[in-house]
Amino acid sequence: MNSLPLILTVFVACAVEATEALTIVLASGLTREWRSTFQGMAVALVVLAVVVAAVGPALTLVPLAGLRLVVGALLAIFGVQWLRKAILRATGHKSLHDEASAYLREVAAAKAATVTSRRGVNDWYAFTLSFKGVFLEGLEVVFIVITFGDNQRNLGAAVIGAAAAVIAITVTGIAVRAPLARVPENAMKFAVGIMLTSFGLFWGAEGAGVSWPGNDASLLGLVPVVALVSLSYTLMLRQRWGTTTAAPVAQSPEESEGVAS
Amino acid sequence: MKRLKSIGAFWYDFVVGDDWRVAAVVVTAVALTLLLVHAAGVNAWWLLPVCVFGALGWSLHRATAGSKP
Repeated sequence: MNSLPLILTVFVACAVEATEALTIVLASGLTREWRSTFQGMAVALVVLAVVVAAVGPALTLVPLAGLRLVVGALLAIFGVQWLRKAILRATGHKSLHDEASAYLREVAAAKAATVTSRRGVNDWYAFTLSFKGVFLEGLEVVFIVITFGDNQRNLGAAVIGAAAAVIAITVTGIAVRAPLARVPENAMKFAVGIMLTSFGLFWGAEGAGVSWPGNDASLLGLVPVVALVSLSYTLMLRQRWGTTTAAPVAQSPEESEGVAS
Repeated sequence: MKRLKSIGAFWYDFVVGDDWRVAAVVVTAVALTLLLVHAAGVNAWWLLPVCVFGALGWSLHRATAGSKP
């Protein structure tokens, strides 16, 4: 299978999580101290890299059918949860993730905390805030990198997609020095949810022993079907409640309001 | 003990998410597919997508029932 869909899926998923991590890192660095913030970020990135380096190659030793069965089921669960959230946000049943208000909340909490030095770190609050933000957001990316990379037997391509997204978001963050409120996060989450669910269905069923009509080419049909079903649910919920929120794939950042959940 | 509980809660939230019923439907559908393929010789490629689409609709219905946006 071509590695482009793999790279693109990991890139978009990673860009969403990197945007959320950047908000926390900026709040910590600008209100507390950059040195401790960078230390927290660096430690989190090292831990995440160790997880990929250790678990990724180890999973290649697992037989492909068993791996696809377990990972496919997990990806389908993961993907449906992403889709569910994106649809609820697109129809106004859940607040859209707003990086600007998330940033203000983190800044208020960071300003209120006292400065304490610990284990060679000047500001322990800045360190832990930055570490938690990068580690927790990065964990979802690691899950996607490992599962997609191992199932395709192409961990390198998945790592390239993730690294490209982190670099792109970091460079943009340095350039604007503000939370990336204009990134259409819900539309990106919707797209990633479609890809995760499609790959999860494909691998889960294949791992269970089925032969897909058309083999690998059936994925080309599965992705639009998942997208169509998800968009249909979105439209049905809008019609049911009479909401007029823009379609999730075409949503503009100006429409983002409310607080993140 | 408190730390163990919070680690457990984190992994539950990470893997299962907001609606455990979706996870239960997916796991059941995968098990049924496995059974149909290996015990009955049915190439049930359609079962998992049908169950997942149904689970998504059911979960959305439950999440929005009685609540106006």
